Amino acid sequence: MNAVTNQATRTAVSVTGLRKAYGEKVVLDGVDLTIGEGEVFALLGPNGAGKTTIVRILSTLIPADAGKATVMGFNLRGEAGAVRRVIGVTGQFSAVDDLLTGEENLVLMGRLLHLRATERRARATELLERFDLVEAARQTPATYSGGMKRRLDLAMTLMGWPRLIFLDEPTTGLDPRSRQTMWQVIRELVREGVTIVLTTQYLEEADHLADRIAVLDHGRIVAEGTPEELKRRIPGAHIRLRFADSASLAEAARLMPEGTRDDEELVLRVPNERGIRSLRDVLARLGDDVAVEDLSIHTPDLDDVFFAVTGSASKEKSQ
Amino acid sequence: MSALTIAAQDSATMLWREIKHSIRLLRLLIVSAILVPVVMLLLFDYILGGTLGHGLGDVARGAPYVDYLVPGILVMTVAGGCGPTAINVSMDMTGGFVDRIRTMAVTRGALLAGHVGVSVLRMLVATAAVTGVALLLGFRPKASIADWFAVVGIVAAFSFALAWLSAAIGLVTKSVAGANGSTLPLSFLLPFLSSTFVPADSMPAGVRWFAANQPFTAVVDSLRALLTGAPVGDSAYLALAWCAAIALAGYLWSQAAFRPRSPMTRRIWSKGDPGS
Ligand SMILES: Nc1ncnc2c1ncn2[C@@H]1O[C@H](COP(=O)(O)OP(=O)(O)OP(=O)(O)O)[C@@H](O)[C@H]1O
Ligand SMILES: [Mg+2]
Repeated sequence: MNAVTNQATRTAVSVTGLRKAYGEKVVLDGVDLTIGEGEVFALLGPNGAGKTTIVRILSTLIPADAGKATVMGFNLRGEAGAVRRVIGVTGQFSAVDDLLTGEENLVLMGRLLHLRATERRARATELLERFDLVEAARQTPATYSGGMKRRLDLAMTLMGWPRLIFLDEPTTGLDPRSRQTMWQVIRELVREGVTIVLTTQYLEEADHLADRIAVLDHGRIVAEGTPEELKRRIPGAHIRLRFADSASLAEAARLMPEGTRDDEELVLRVPNERGIRSLRDVLARLGDDVAVEDLSIHTPDLDDVFFAVTGSASKEKSQ
Repeated sequence: MSALTIAAQDSATMLWREIKHSIRLLRLLIVSAILVPVVMLLLFDYILGGTLGHGLGDVARGAPYVDYLVPGILVMTVAGGCGPTAINVSMDMTGGFVDRIRTMAVTRGALLAGHVGVSVLRMLVATAAVTGVALLLGFRPKASIADWFAVVGIVAAFSFALAWLSAAIGLVTKSVAGANGSTLPLSFLLPFLSSTFVPADSMPAGVRWFAANQPFTAVVDSLRALLTGAPVGDSAYLALAWCAAIALAGYLWSQAAFRPRSPMTRRIWSKGDPGS
């Protein structure tokens, strides 16, 4: 994952001034992006931010109203056919064929990609193994779990060895274990040199996977950078202490003046910049006398990002 | 590979997919495509056939009612295939499949070609099966070999026409249930308002003209003439002309409806989201 620093990398996606509106409703309001080859790029944003719209435009599904975009060197306008030959898309909603078995789904893709019979069978077998779907290969996706369906969806996308993959919310709705599996799969693809553009609502996910993150809000990119750069802009990490009564709260607030106090909830929020050391420090300063009802460690989430870059929380804004 | 071989290959792939689908849904299809027409045949022949047969008078030329009825039932069998076709097309549009292949270098018309091809295949198989049952139940056609060829030709042409029309209906309806409902006039109403069960002249004045001149009557009359050994006259040409017109209309409608517009888009539009 050193594509960012390698200035010699070629550009996988280049977008300038992308606009899209449905009637009066502006969905994309001038988006600029540059994504290098071999990079993992995350589009982070709340519901309705325009993530899917960007993916749909870049994967030739819908035209933009204005702006210029090239994908793997091909112009979206006029060279859509060439773009389609090098990309793979796993959409936000499952696009597996529920009446075909897992294996048949892969073979179907192989046929549509015009692979030779031996080639598509070999590739299907390989992908079934890699995505842990061998046992389910002869069953229809009706019997699959959400995670298995998602893996089959991605395997179908990979049948043609795409050089650029769009993953629209690849882990939404998956349990933590399935999410881990999906992350692993994505990391393997990265090692093979595939460029990945993924969308997500989870800062944690973007942090784990992406070389670079663009934060999208109301059709505009409001922040862009490496996960570290973004997190540095987010002062969201804190330790949250809840007390049984206001006397304890007052005492704790006196001991830790840097904390923010919330008298209604009997909560004190202490900034947590140094992880475990901050925690040990807080506990030491509290001593044995102040009774703490509850202690939790809060890591920055999407809301904090939005608060930092737009000055308002994502949930409020998107509703 | 030339564009033409790729187009043929893609269509064959979609055909393969639809055949697989039909096999997976075989039991359902047997009920809707074969059992329903057979039950209609039994109901109309055994329950209503006595009175209806008497009422036919000269039209039947002395043959039992079943000989009059079966050509109509065959047309109903073909029309019964409209629902599944519209449903299958609609499912591809509302599920993610169309979006998926639109991001791949797949020939544009291949998906619909596959749907229409397998739809015709299903209709032909069902019609053959229903013909077999009719023969067991006492249907005695008087068709020559040449007549039989003409019958197969007309049934195939009518299947082709209705398949394109159903595909278009599947494309424009916004939900799978809507697709099914929208084919009911084709598979149910139009057969009854035609010479399928009784001659058009026997109907009330208001519908008589419509019944006498609509495509189902043209197709049923031509099949009936061919199968009962009556003079065919121009009825076969009229039937084929209707088939050609319906097929063309269905094809053009499908092409217009299959413009790159995604199911996602359709779903949002139909909810009347702001901006629409
Ligand atoms: N066809 C359409 N007609 C009208 N509005 C649309 C259409 N498609 C998308 N929108 C609107 O555009 C906005 C952005 O949608 P988009 O699907 O790109 O968001 P998203 O970031 O992917 O959200 P989510 O996290 O919910 O998937 C939404 O407000 C949506 O209602
Ligand atoms: Mg989305």
